Amino acid sequence: MKNKYSIFSLIKNAFSYHENWEKAWKDPEPKKEYDAIIVGGGGHGLATAYYLAKKHNMKNIAVVEKGWIGGGNTGRNTTIIRSNYLWDASAGLYDHALKIWEGLSQELNYNVMFSQRGVMNLAHNLQDVRDLKRRTHANRLNGIDAVYLNTQEVKKFCPIINTSQDIRYPVLGGTLQRRAGTARHDAVAWGYARSADEMGVDIIQNCEVKGIKRNGDTVEGIETTKGFIKTKKIGVVAAGHSSVIANMAGLKLPLESKPLQALVSEPVKPIIDTVVMSNAVHAYVSQSDKGELVIGAGTDDYVSYSQKGSHDIVEGTLNAILELYPIFSRMRMLRQWGGIVDICPDASPIISKTSIKGLYFNCGWGTGGFKATPGSGDLFAHTIANDEPHKLNAAFNINRFVSGDLVDEHGAAAVAH
Amino acid sequence: MFLINCPFCGEREQSEFKAGGEAHIVRPKQPTELSDDEWAEYLFMRKNIKGIQFERWNHFHGCRKWFNMVRDTSNDQIKAVYKMGEKPPVK
Repeated sequence: MKNKYSIFSLIKNAFSYHENWEKAWKDPEPKKEYDAIIVGGGGHGLATAYYLAKKHNMKNIAVVEKGWIGGGNTGRNTTIIRSNYLWDASAGLYDHALKIWEGLSQELNYNVMFSQRGVMNLAHNLQDVRDLKRRTHANRLNGIDAVYLNTQEVKKFCPIINTSQDIRYPVLGGTLQRRAGTARHDAVAWGYARSADEMGVDIIQNCEVKGIKRNGDTVEGIETTKGFIKTKKIGVVAAGHSSVIANMAGLKLPLESKPLQALVSEPVKPIIDTVVMSNAVHAYVSQSDKGELVIGAGTDDYVSYSQKGSHDIVEGTLNAILELYPIFSRMRMLRQWGGIVDICPDASPIISKTSIKGLYFNCGWGTGGFKATPGSGDLFAHTIANDEPHKLNAAFNINRFVSGDLVDEHGAAAVAH
Repeated sequence: MFLINCPFCGEREQSEFKAGGEAHIVRPKQPTELSDDEWAEYLFMRKNIKGIQFERWNHFHGCRKWFNMVRDTSNDQIKAVYKMGEKPPVK
């Protein structure tokens, strides 16, 4: 049993200059065999292992990660959490996650700094207004909080926005989900890792999967840089590299991996206390607790695994940011980076069994997977443990690309793609 | 960002181009005969290779012509550019 984090443990450790804190997770070598192996030690993978151990009583499981945990897209996203999606299936999935977020810090005894500061999506033309109003109604029918704001209400909610009507893309209105917000992305990975480790999950870092061993249509184990590990169930949560792993098993997925960029500014005093997204001009911004503006850009349109993006994408985003927030015109940008996101043709994820027995994929989260981390882990764990999807992820099976029953969230979900 | 040698216009910035995805996916000769699985394969399934990939590009803000490219997706290095209808250069 790990020591509980509390004000008392903080005071106690202060006396020893914070040098004797217990390790949050072990660094074990892989065993010969596990009941289940999760490939990918990001937020989704660690959450999957945590819920497998907690809710499905599977203790002999491992998470294998080619780098260090949370070093991929978990540490590269812009930390936005919301559930205001258009279609019923998506609303169910993302609101399930949002409900878990609301109690996650307490559950994990780890402060994930979940902050329900609201997410506002802007409308810049008549079609945006119609789409956002339609989505607001759809959200409310699904029990998800959403309100439509006119231009004056947008200005009142976030006073630094330029609502002048003579800019290139004037603000005509917007939607607001007050339960939405942000969380500290690293803390999510670390919190899940610590709790999973406590329940006996082996978190194996610097262990890259090199092959998937099959006996006919059944998996037998994985070849890794630390040797062969036997298992009957493999859950792949490898984000941008999902197709690479699928290829090892002889599968093809409906994914394209593309660079998605983000950047942060120098830290400044509190200036924006919410998250504002704009689909049409493709810019979104929030402010971290350190004071940096966190700005999300778009994806490049070509396949790449290089974790770099094109400069013109960043330039376009900053043009839009400056028009909407003239107050930021003298801010300097501190860092810029890219992550590789795996995008499905319908911009919805896949949480599914495959044609190979014992092989499961959780992928296709594209540009917006962070918000779903707890829900994704919970539902993927259910799918792996029962060999059947939960009713909330049944629609997100891989066969929808054969049946045509797509969950088309492209542009419909206020998603900035 | 990288430079692309358009077979019609010469070297230009990548921002002038649009990527058209995986190349050499042949449209089914008899669409009415296709099963749902075959349609899914044609429409949605992609190799999404990390490494040498064959793809289509369009010089969108230039001559607007389509052409093919061989590119290493792990570092964005372009290995070859060739016109539509031409056989891909052998590696």
